Parts: sequence; C-alpha cells; structure tokens
Amino acid sequence: MDLNLTESEQQFRDELRAWLKENLPNVSNSRSDIDYWKKLRDWQNTLYKGGWAGITWPKDFGGRGSTPIEAAIYTEEMAAFDAPERVGVIGEGLVGPTIMAEGNDEQKDYFLPRILDGSNIWCQGFSEPNSGSDVASLATKAIREGDEFVVNGQKIWTSFAAVSDWCLLLVRTDNDAPKHKGISALLVDMKSEGVSVRPLKQMSGDSAFNEMFFTNVRVPAKNLIGALNDGWRITITMLMNERTNLGPATYIQFKKALAELIETMKNKTSGGKRLIDDPINRQKIAQIQIELEIFKLTSNRALSKITNNAVPGPEGSILKIFWSELNQRLVQAAMEILSDEAQLQEFENGAWSYRYLRSRGNTIEAGTSEIQRNIVAMRVLGLPRSY
Amino acid sequence: MNFDLNKTQQLLQESARTFFTRECPITKVREIMESEKGHDSELWNGIAEQGWTGLPLPEEFDGLGLSYVDLAAVSEEMGRACVPSAFLATSWASALITASGNSDLKSKLLPKLGLGESIATVALQEDGSNWNSSTIQMKAKATDSGVTLSGTKRLVMDAAVANTILVVARQGDNLIVAVVDPSTEGLEITPTEGMDLTRQFYQLNFNNVAGEVLASGEAAESALKKSIQTGIIITCADMLGGMDWVLKTTVEYAQSRQQFGKPIGSYQAVQHQCADMLLLTESSRSATYYAAWALNEGNDEADQAINITKAYCSEAARVIGNCGIQIHGGIGFTWEHDLHLYYKRAKSNELMFGDPTHHREQLAKLIVGE
Repeated sequence: MDLNLTESEQQFRDELRAWLKENLPNVSNSRSDIDYWKKLRDWQNTLYKGGWAGITWPKDFGGRGSTPIEAAIYTEEMAAFDAPERVGVIGEGLVGPTIMAEGNDEQKDYFLPRILDGSNIWCQGFSEPNSGSDVASLATKAIREGDEFVVNGQKIWTSFAAVSDWCLLLVRTDNDAPKHKGISALLVDMKSEGVSVRPLKQMSGDSAFNEMFFTNVRVPAKNLIGALNDGWRITITMLMNERTNLGPATYIQFKKALAELIETMKNKTSGGKRLIDDPINRQKIAQIQIELEIFKLTSNRALSKITNNAVPGPEGSILKIFWSELNQRLVQAAMEILSDEAQLQEFENGAWSYRYLRSRGNTIEAGTSEIQRNIVAMRVLGLPRSY
Repeated sequence: MNFDLNKTQQLLQESARTFFTRECPITKVREIMESEKGHDSELWNGIAEQGWTGLPLPEEFDGLGLSYVDLAAVSEEMGRACVPSAFLATSWASALITASGNSDLKSKLLPKLGLGESIATVALQEDGSNWNSSTIQMKAKATDSGVTLSGTKRLVMDAAVANTILVVARQGDNLIVAVVDPSTEGLEITPTEGMDLTRQFYQLNFNNVAGEVLASGEAAESALKKSIQTGIIITCADMLGGMDWVLKTTVEYAQSRQQFGKPIGSYQAVQHQCADMLLLTESSRSATYYAAWALNEGNDEADQAINITKAYCSEAARVIGNCGIQIHGGIGFTWEHDLHLYYKRAKSNELMFGDPTHHREQLAKLIVGE
C-alpha cells in the first residue's frame, strides 16, 4: 500500500502543470458571455493541440493512453487551476469511448478527431419527461424509412444541448419487444431539420439543462451506433462511466468552497465573536473536512482498484451517493454558520445561495440517491430486486 | 498510487482471520466475557505466538518491526471476531514505552511485552479529565528513585491482569509517565463494569505508590500523543472489523428472513439501510488504512488523518450497529443474538481515545490554524 504518486504519475502532473501555466486562457465562468461557447471550443482546440485532449483514449485514436490515476490527476489539476469548463466532456468521456467500442470504421474516422479538436460538441439524449429513473421506458420513436430513420419525440435534462453539434440519442426502434430490448442509439446532427432546443431554468437561476424536441427528424441509417435494438447495453456502460468520472474535480471544488468558508469565518463576527471561534461552528466545518477527505480517499481507492484489477470494486458505486449528499451537508453547514446575510445576493456575490440551491439537484441528477442505493443493494450486496 | 494491501499483508490478514475464527469463535467470546477478569491465557498466548503482541515493536527489542498498516490488518480481524483480550491495553502501553525515548526502560520492558510474556496497561483518565493531556492532574511527588503517586485513575483497561501499569500524572507543571508494578503497596485495583462486556475497566486508587519515571515534560507529552495515535489505529481497525461483521450478518439475514411472502431484503427501506451500511463501512476502511499509512510515513498528514478516522469510524460503527439491530427486528434486540456484543464494543471504541466531538475540535485546530 503506497499512496504517494509514482514517479511517472508525478512526471505527468508536473508536465501538465507546466503546460497549464503557459496555456491557460482567461475565460470568465459566465455563461452569459456571448463569446463563452466559442471560447470554450477554442480551449478544447488548445488542449487538443497541446496533446491534452482525450487523454484516456488509446494513442491510436489520438489520446495518451492515460491511466485512471493520471485521469484523476488531470481533472484535479484542471480544477485547481480554475481551468474553463470542458465543453468536450461528453464527447471525450461518453460518446468517444462508445464510438471506439461500438462504432464502425467510418464512424470512428469521422467523429473521433472532431471530438478531440473541438469542432464537434456532443450532448446525450437519454431522459424524457416520462422516463427519468426508468430510462428504459423511453418513448422517442425512430421508424426506418428506406435508408433513414424518422425520429419523433422529446428529451429532457440534456446538458449542452443548446450549443451541441451532435447528439447521441436513445430511441425506441421496436415497440413489441420488452422495453430493454427495443432501444437503439443514433448519432444525430443537431442541425437536422426538426430538431429544436429549449433551455430549462433551474431553481438555482441558471439553465444548465435543456429540453430537445424531435419532429420528423431524418437521421441517416448509417448513423446507427452498435446493432439495432442493442442500445440498452451501450446505455448501461455510458451511465456507469458518467457516475465514476466526476470524483476528483468535485473534491477540489468542495475543498475550495470550504477554504472560502473558513476565510469568511475568520473575518465575520456574530455578537462580537468571530465565527471561527465558535465551538459549534468549528464542529461543523471539521465534520465537512472529515467527509471531504474520506471522499477523496475512497475515490482514490476506487481508481486504485480499477488500475489493479480493471474491475471496479464496491467503492465506485457509493461515490455518487457520498459526494452529492456531502455537498448538501456542506452548503447547509455554511448557511447555518453564515446565517441571515448568506441568503442575500450581495453576500459574496451570491456564491453561497447559488451553491445551496444548486446542490439540491445533486442527489437527483446522474442517478438519484434512491436508484444508487437500489443498485448498491442489488448489485453489490446481492439483495433481491425490489422492482 | 496503490491503495491495496500487498500480498504479504493480505496473507497476514487472512491468517489472522483464520486464527480468530478457530481460536475465538463467538461462544468463546461469551465465555471469556463471563469470566472474572475477562482474560483467557491460552488465547493470549496464541496471539503472542503469532507475533502480534510485538507486531509494531522495533526488532531490536524482539518485535516484528512491522508497519501500522500490518497492525491495522490484524486489529481488523480482532474486531471482526469481537475478541476480548488485553491486546489494546498492552499495545497502547508498548507504544508509550517505545515512544518515550527512555532506552533503559525500553530494553527492560519491551522484549517481554513484545513476546506476550507480560501484559501492560496505561492509567490516564481521572474524574474530570478528558483526552486533552492538560486535564490530567494526578499528583506525582519526587523521591530519590522516582516518584510517588496519589490519587485515582478510572477506566484503566485490564489492570487486574497487567504486570506493568504506566501512570500518566503531573509533577509540578510537567506531565510525566511513571512505571508502576501493580503489586506495589498503596495501590488498590477495583473492577468497574462497563457496557462493553468484552472490555474490562478498573478504578485504581493510589496512596503514595512508588513508580519509576519513564518520561517527563515534552518527552512525556509527545510519547503520550504517539501512543494514543497507535491506539487509535487499533481501535478504528477494530471498529472496521466489527462493522463489516454487522454488515455481512445483516445482509445475510435480510436475504433469508421472509415476511409478507418475500425476503425482507427485497423491500427498499431495508435495502437502503444496507446500502448506507456499506457506504459507511467502505468509507471507514478508506479512512483507517489511510491513517495507518500516513502514521507510518510520518508525514504532515498523519495528525489530521488520525482525527478524521477516529471521528468517522466512531459514528459509522454506531450507525451500522443501529441499522443492524433495526433490520434484525425483535431478534436483534435479544441477549442471545450476537449483535449486542458488537454494538457495545462499538460504544466503548467510540469513547476510547477521544469521541468524535473531541477529534473534530482537534481537526478544526489543524485546518483553521488556530
């Protein structure tokens, strides 16, 4: 057991840090900036040119063949440097690996380079208004007509839809088969006629998610990825990847939030006493620190397991439950400590009230806490299906 | 970065598991806990023969010179089997002697302790004290050969079977640690039964009891701190083993117990508690082995890691014990079922070496810097 980075892992980190110092652009984290999305595409292109895009992809496909630990270092360093959002995250993390595993040569040749260099931004069309946790019940239809599929339906909760070029869309291609066996995955050009996108505003005030409407959209049959009606299998793989990829950057973000809180506590008083001196407040921040560090350790354990065995252990399945609920406790502790003023927009630029509201979605997105617990119980503990 | 135990450590852990399954099944646990001193010499000798009493002790004193990770691996198995023994008491005392810097007493005391030929314990707590050394007030008066001690110590583990008692006291303003032979005149040892039936606590009354000084002042403070950190590794690993036992036992029960025509494990309210038990156990595992590794490395993160693991495991063990009993329903609440043995052990572990509130404050000092 050795938790120090190996020499090659350290070299990787040092190389990345040096490159970031030289190449980090100045992009404000404001999505209302009109050039925001262009700047993000440019950043993706810069990463690509520097050899820092799709790092876990095999070298044959333009990546570095990075290990899980290196991928973790990568996301950590990006967060530590406050690097701009990675607009290629869905392409690199979900769609690319799917195309590599399931796609034909034409699809690989066309799409993979465009994911890496930033020319194609991808979104994933999974959830629907009537198909959330039960994604397999999806109803967006694709009917074969000659050498095209005609798609009709609606997707919801789609990140990046408004700026995406392509969409990995789950559709129903067989209405008679059992629900899991009638799903296919299509690669859809978002500029196709009949595709429209509407942003969804969250209670936190921002619109990170969108609805997508498909009205008689014609998709070339050659854009089917994997076999017809074999889409569910592909979906499961993508959902699992979605859940395990978020760890390292999330830790850094939380750590920064806690550090901010501690700084504020040193400077703010209540009843003439500094917030930092109140023993009750100290208990609360210590508890957050405890959970934060354990989150990091368990993330590392999960990575270590994957590196050693290539099969994830039970650590991975509990991580999403852990960080989403930790974040909710973190923001609640902050609100308790900072008290009345923290609800005001003018307090620290509304940072804490935004975090508080945004965190409410954490236990719902990327697999609800209830579903995660069902999965842990069934798949890890071997308890019988409850539904 | 590799979080797994290496091959040798895995074998060590497996052999410990096999040993305790064979030498200390739960029937034996109940037998020992009913006995007067809660100590089984045969079991103790078996543990000593395996080398575990000397596991972390320096090889120059007949120890195995192994790491805190190895210590955690063996301790986890003791917790899994809920073993009643003087292992924690003796290990704490051995660690205190090792860290004291007193070469004479190290040479004199450690070999026997390492070989399991001698049992030791530490007398720290007093009426009104907590786990901050500043609250230790028992008076030590200087003599030609050492000190004499007067006062009362509480919650001293295994005092009735100890050959050596290390007493933490105060000489003037200085913290000191004194070595006392339990048969010395003026020392009265009284059993005080606690909730955890697998752990024997005693009250010690000192009336001008003679002792030899092991360490004093800064040396005593740092040795005490180091020894408590060792004790925390053992305690957290013990909790981890116990938690894992409760988790596995409860999942097994949920799979087999049927109500309303189905295994109760098919109901989500039960499933979700089990999932939470797994989350707490795996998180405790991360924390404990990390702390053991950090303590071994002697790096800056060790102090924080120790606070983190003690606070977290203490609460995890309690919650898991609660869920375990809840899911077992009525039968989980009986004396006959083994759950309460682990439940009570979790409580005494929670309190040992500082409860979560204590460790959170220590942690706050570290992260705030004041």
